[in-house]
Amino acid sequence: MSSAPENNGRRRFLTLATAVVGGVGAVGVAVPFIKSWNPSEKAKAAGAPVEYDVSKMAPGQLVRVKWRGKPVYVVRRTKEVLADLENGHNDQLKDPDCSVPQQPDYAKNSYRSLNPEFLVALGVCTHLGCAPTYRAGDFNEVVEGVKNGFFCPCHGSKFDMAGRVFQNVPAPTNLVIPPHMFNGDSMLLIGVDKGDA
Amino acid sequence: MLTNLVNWIDKRIPMTDAWNKHVAQYPAPVNFNFWYFFGSLAMLVLVNQILTGIWLTMNYTPSGEEAFASVEYIMRDVEYGWLLRYMHSSGASAFFVVVYLHMLRGMMYGSYQKPRELLWLFGMFIFLVLMAEGFMGYLLPWGNMSFWGAQVIISLFGAIPVIGDDLTLWIRGDYVISGATLNRFFALHVIALPLVLVILVFLHIVALHEVGSNNPEGIEIKKKKGSIPEEEKAQFKFHKQYTDKYDIVDAVPFHPYYSVKDIMGVVGFLIIFCYVIFFAPEGGGYFLEKPNFEPANALKTPEHIAPVWYFGPFYTILRIIPDKLIGAGAMFGAIVMLFLLPWFDRGTVKSVRYRSTLHKINLIQFCICFFALGVLGTMAASPTANLIGTIASIGYFGYFIALWFYSKNEKTKPLPERIAH
Repeated sequence: MSSAPENNGRRRFLTLATAVVGGVGAVGVAVPFIKSWNPSEKAKAAGAPVEYDVSKMAPGQLVRVKWRGKPVYVVRRTKEVLADLENGHNDQLKDPDCSVPQQPDYAKNSYRSLNPEFLVALGVCTHLGCAPTYRAGDFNEVVEGVKNGFFCPCHGSKFDMAGRVFQNVPAPTNLVIPPHMFNGDSMLLIGVDKGDA
Repeated sequence: MLTNLVNWIDKRIPMTDAWNKHVAQYPAPVNFNFWYFFGSLAMLVLVNQILTGIWLTMNYTPSGEEAFASVEYIMRDVEYGWLLRYMHSSGASAFFVVVYLHMLRGMMYGSYQKPRELLWLFGMFIFLVLMAEGFMGYLLPWGNMSFWGAQVIISLFGAIPVIGDDLTLWIRGDYVISGATLNRFFALHVIALPLVLVILVFLHIVALHEVGSNNPEGIEIKKKKGSIPEEEKAQFKFHKQYTDKYDIVDAVPFHPYYSVKDIMGVVGFLIIFCYVIFFAPEGGGYFLEKPNFEPANALKTPEHIAPVWYFGPFYTILRIIPDKLIGAGAMFGAIVMLFLLPWFDRGTVKSVRYRSTLHKINLIQFCICFFALGVLGTMAASPTANLIGTIASIGYFGYFIALWFYSKNEKTKPLPERIAH
């Protein structure tokens, strides 16, 4: 038995100091465990731009191009569709003027694209990430008076042919327009634009 | 020889004592009905899941390239692989069947009320971990519904303001659901969550045995020490931990009385379970969904995406609200309500048998709404479905709100002193 007098102040200090140092250590140890869940270098490197030749596309056709593992919808829009986008159904949209930055600046227009003829949009619903279905010609089954559009099968979100979201659906924002540019007349580059070049 | 061995062990670890305390001399009320099968059945299914799960990992390959093919390999080439997989996949559905019924039992007989709040909370954490297990396990076959189901559920976290997008990226470990996501879900599904589950089940049972089992009458079998004449006490030997503190009435030892009765439950359960495994392993598309028989395709969402049936009620609540954040909030809120049930109920009478007609109606409407929400969750979205879903959601949340209001001054029937038998 020690005959040293009890010093409660010192005991409390030592307990506290041990707890603090131990706590800092525990937080430090947690860092690698948490950080290891971030995308690996390999996953990050897989984000290179992709090319697609749009000259063979028929009017009204949709193709899916894979970029960073996600589907990118490329649609060759007809004159009729473009006319409808101008002002046909703006009053039914949540954000007709694209005020939420879901697109590069050059796509902040009613077509939401660089070249009005081609829509380039991520086919990822802004609600919970499903791929909306392209409803060509029969979209008026879900939105009266609008012939073409995208309908998300998961929770019924609706988008027009510029990827703008309709009102009263779960999706909060318009579809994302990825950076894109044309190399020559018909070679579409997704994931890169004039700003990067 | 055997006695010597037992003595040798008992001197070093309280084996016989623990057996008596929790099994052979544990006082259980005499009036358990069939609703009391589901706790032991849940443990049976847990053992089934762990055992078949371990065997499945022996042939499964957790990688984006090989997962789908390895499941087909298990189904076609591994001896009895099909049986192990169907036991596991049907086991998941069976788990939720018995757990939902087990929870309903608790709600009917007030088994969450004081002093069993913590017991209820442990149970709710088990339910939560079970849902995480079901969700992560469903990604592993790497079918198209696996992929898109995970996509939807992970995106839910994107609804959280500010950190949402970074959080979903962190959970996926990639910009889309990929092999990285599959691998970590595999690790969590087979190691981390089962460990947590087993610990929670242990705590659930320790908590149960500390407060004692409730029963359909909702009255205690532990009476104040010295209040019961010797001849009226239950004529069995119970562990001194219970008899030192209380006089025990209307009880039998768990073993052999309820261990044998539970075997009856097991037999009944296995008849149904085996029927499903051998004759309807896909459960008509509810246990294993059709789009999951094609490999994950990041470019194509299945025409009609629906969660497995056991997530249906919560999924419908998410779906009917046309706002991402509020929808996700309501879905998690529905589970939070269940957690808080012991505090929503301000009454002191436990069993529905002695509670007001209002409470009976409320509980019945809750069951109907929960069932309706579940059915709607497996169906495609439509305006009619949304309307019914909205009504059912109001009924679901309304149960808890109404309970809080009327339970304080509820008109209940007088409770009996003792369990009639």
